[in-house]
Amino acid sequence: MDYRKTLYIFLMASIPNWVLAQENDTIPDKATKELEEVIIIDQKDISAKHSKALSSLDNYLESNNAISMIKRGAYAWEAALNGMTTERSVITIDGMRIYGACTDKMDPITSYVEITNLSKAIVKSGQGGGSHGATIAGSIDLVRQHSNFDNSGLKGSLFTGLESNNLQKIVGGKLQYAGKKFYSDLDLTFRDAENYHAGGGEEILYSQFSKLNMSANTGIKLGDHQDLSASVIYDRAWDVGYPALPMDVALAEAIMASVKFQKHHISTNIHHWESKLYLNKVTHIMDDSKRPVVPIRMDMPGCTQTSGFYSLLEGEKGKHFWKANLSGHINRSYAEMTMYPNDPNEKAMFMLTWPDVNTNFIGIFFEDKYLLNENWATNFSVGTSIQTNVINDSFGLESLKIFYPNLTPNQTRWLKNGGLNFAFNKKAQNINLGLAYAERTPSVSEAFGFYLFNSFDRYDYIGDPELKNEKSLELNASYSIAWNNLFVKAQANYFRMFDYIIGKIQPGLSPMTIRANGIKKYEALNHADIFNANLNLKYSFAKNFNTSGRIIYRLGQGDGLPLPLIQPFSYGLSLRYEPLQYAFEVNMDGAVKQSKYSAVYGETPAPAYTIFNLSASRNFSFSKQNLILKIGIENIFDANYSTYADWSRIPRMGRNLFFNAIYKL
Amino acid sequence: MKIIKHLSIILLFFGLFSCDKTEKPPIIDNPLDGKILFQKFQDNDHIIELYTESGKLKQGYNRIFLQLKKSDNSILENPNIQWNPLMHMSTTNHSCPYSTLKLSGQSKTVLEGYIIFQMASNNSEFWELKFDYTVDGQSYQVSDTIEVLPSTYKNTISFKGADSVKYLIALAAPQNPKIGTNDMSALLFKMENMMSFPAVNGYTIQIDPRMPSMGNHSSPNNEHLKQTNEAGFYNGKLNLTMTGYWKINLQLLDKNQNNLKGEAITPSNESSSIFLEIEL
Repeated sequence: MDYRKTLYIFLMASIPNWVLAQENDTIPDKATKELEEVIIIDQKDISAKHSKALSSLDNYLESNNAISMIKRGAYAWEAALNGMTTERSVITIDGMRIYGACTDKMDPITSYVEITNLSKAIVKSGQGGGSHGATIAGSIDLVRQHSNFDNSGLKGSLFTGLESNNLQKIVGGKLQYAGKKFYSDLDLTFRDAENYHAGGGEEILYSQFSKLNMSANTGIKLGDHQDLSASVIYDRAWDVGYPALPMDVALAEAIMASVKFQKHHISTNIHHWESKLYLNKVTHIMDDSKRPVVPIRMDMPGCTQTSGFYSLLEGEKGKHFWKANLSGHINRSYAEMTMYPNDPNEKAMFMLTWPDVNTNFIGIFFEDKYLLNENWATNFSVGTSIQTNVINDSFGLESLKIFYPNLTPNQTRWLKNGGLNFAFNKKAQNINLGLAYAERTPSVSEAFGFYLFNSFDRYDYIGDPELKNEKSLELNASYSIAWNNLFVKAQANYFRMFDYIIGKIQPGLSPMTIRANGIKKYEALNHADIFNANLNLKYSFAKNFNTSGRIIYRLGQGDGLPLPLIQPFSYGLSLRYEPLQYAFEVNMDGAVKQSKYSAVYGETPAPAYTIFNLSASRNFSFSKQNLILKIGIENIFDANYSTYADWSRIPRMGRNLFFNAIYKL
Repeated sequence: MKIIKHLSIILLFFGLFSCDKTEKPPIIDNPLDGKILFQKFQDNDHIIELYTESGKLKQGYNRIFLQLKKSDNSILENPNIQWNPLMHMSTTNHSCPYSTLKLSGQSKTVLEGYIIFQMASNNSEFWELKFDYTVDGQSYQVSDTIEVLPSTYKNTISFKGADSVKYLIALAAPQNPKIGTNDMSALLFKMENMMSFPAVNGYTIQIDPRMPSMGNHSSPNNEHLKQTNEAGFYNGKLNLTMTGYWKINLQLLDKNQNNLKGEAITPSNESSSIFLEIEL
């Protein structure tokens, strides 16, 4: 893919989802831009965009203005979308729902994939992301790479990377075969890192990790316009340290399998139908065996299993482009905690932190884009779903009954959402205005969590199964204009959430965790507000030079107090020079001091920071082979800094030299 | 149709993943169902059979069931029996708190009552249980030694209150504590002398369960023990959030809510001077 096209995708961020599903198609629907953004991850494109090709998926996601990453260590960051953490968003892998198995959110879904088997992340903001589940903040769908039936034969690539700061070693490879009626892909990535060092050289203990990811895809063409494909991902991380938390992870393992059938050109009005059946299982073993001094030894294993399906139909009629998705899944979440008393004669202390809860979800989502005329278009979407929760374990049910004596093991919730967007598009200008309503259920932890310790505010959290659904009214607007070599895009959205779920201090209740400050129960605030705004500027000049800048601002407030984990005013600036075969980039990232922070949540104001990075790459081509070398320095001046998103204000990585090599044949 | 197919496959997966953990206790009509015979008291004409849930007697509160049989093994209805436990120590003898015997539930033949053994039997000290009963107007007496096993956990305490009265508190329930809300029941007696332990009524026993091994944390929503209709019995709710060793700190209040014994738990005071123990 040539650079201009990549840039176009990146700048305009404008491709409707259903078009992306068929990569060979072009981009027809300019009128409904702005509703989603695409982060390109595929390595066939990264040489053009990312200066550090083999960085983690988390780094890629962070480049999106709507996403910020919450860090508990060097690994498995949690993607917050529109200033909201993962309870309020839906994160899927190829449309598959997966539930993290850690009660402390140490294993967000994004930690179970690798950049090597992804091609892009589709980010939808707000209610528009409701296709695969109930969401308020939006959705991130991680789309995997696969070959096509293009008869391109056998291909492969090898890659390796090194990072100086934490001695991270990255090695992996990919093998692909594509025939006319069959394709098959295999890939493997291994990462191993030691503790990292903050600016100034301080070693951040328990920040090591090791991770192995393998995936396989295969597809069979059944007819001219239909095919069947199957895919498996296996991801295993071990010896993962979480410096911001009191415990580490001995093992985080996920296995995901799916089968998909798709058919194109079904009739003049129906273009595409695809259906997928999937299964996944996540095991998460959290313990403190590596910590020399702990008040008490503790094991906290967790496990989730999810099976589900979706069936998506797309078509057009006249000026209508419609899409309907039916999806459902059954999840089971189980987590326990065992503490070993210092007196060996005493029995182990055991509790269920997630009481073996089933979440059964079925939902339908319908979207219609209507072209009013050459310049105006509307996008209307509506969805509804039913979710039931069942507490399977009587031990867990009895535990929760301590707080909720009348609790029944079953509950059913009905969810609705709907949205309307207007888009105006003329020449290089684009205006988008939208209004939406969405609801979500409490998450497993929010509804059923039992004494979940939050190391940030140092409170034990208790779920409330009787919480109301959270509701959100959302307004969004964006404006972009491109003229000559300058591109400007401004976006803003505002969420007013009702029955906003957040932990509230329960005076008089005794925390279980040693040295915890107290107990918080998930309760509903009458309402809370979140406002997000960002501005992007891109400018190309001379030949091969381009520069871009971005600023992001968010505001969150509930009950007259700031909400936690809200990004302060942040900025970024980069300059790239790309003569033939080469690319050089210098960039700056920073934020002002956090003035609005949630003291109740244990936050302290994150100080201002600015860091600088430098990178260079060279592309070597010989006959059909290709070698890309990239080197760079991150945090050149070795700044010691910590941002609003750093759990317990653990400092980030200091100066880091990296080297990436990708060899394709 | 496709959807139905999908759903059915999903449901199949669900079936594979789900596990059935439900256990329902059987419904007991005969009070002796599920009880274990631990001793027979026999004379020439009659047999008294004694049962408990565990088939043993142990230090603390014991709920005991019995029935009276003729030597031909026929069971007598509405038997008239009194009992009397006695501890033989090296220098002295003493009794303990115990109830009278009465018909158990709907049964016409099974009697039940409780005995609170303050101590276990040992090599030199033993408990003797004596029965006086009447059949067809004729009185009989039978007695024998019983073995009382020691308890690992403190389930009976005796102390002198601020009113200079000696009290005894015994844990009656839960005998098999579970995670969640337990119906808690304790008995309160006055120790008038070595032989007389009248039940005390109208007081309050405050409870504060704690886990000393885990930061001495408590559990929420416990209910203090209040007098029930039955003499000496106090009932409340005990919430246990996790397995392990729980220390149930107590405070005894009299009818006017004056504290007679026991202290509140504070950061500087980890334990009350009176407490019971549970481990699950």
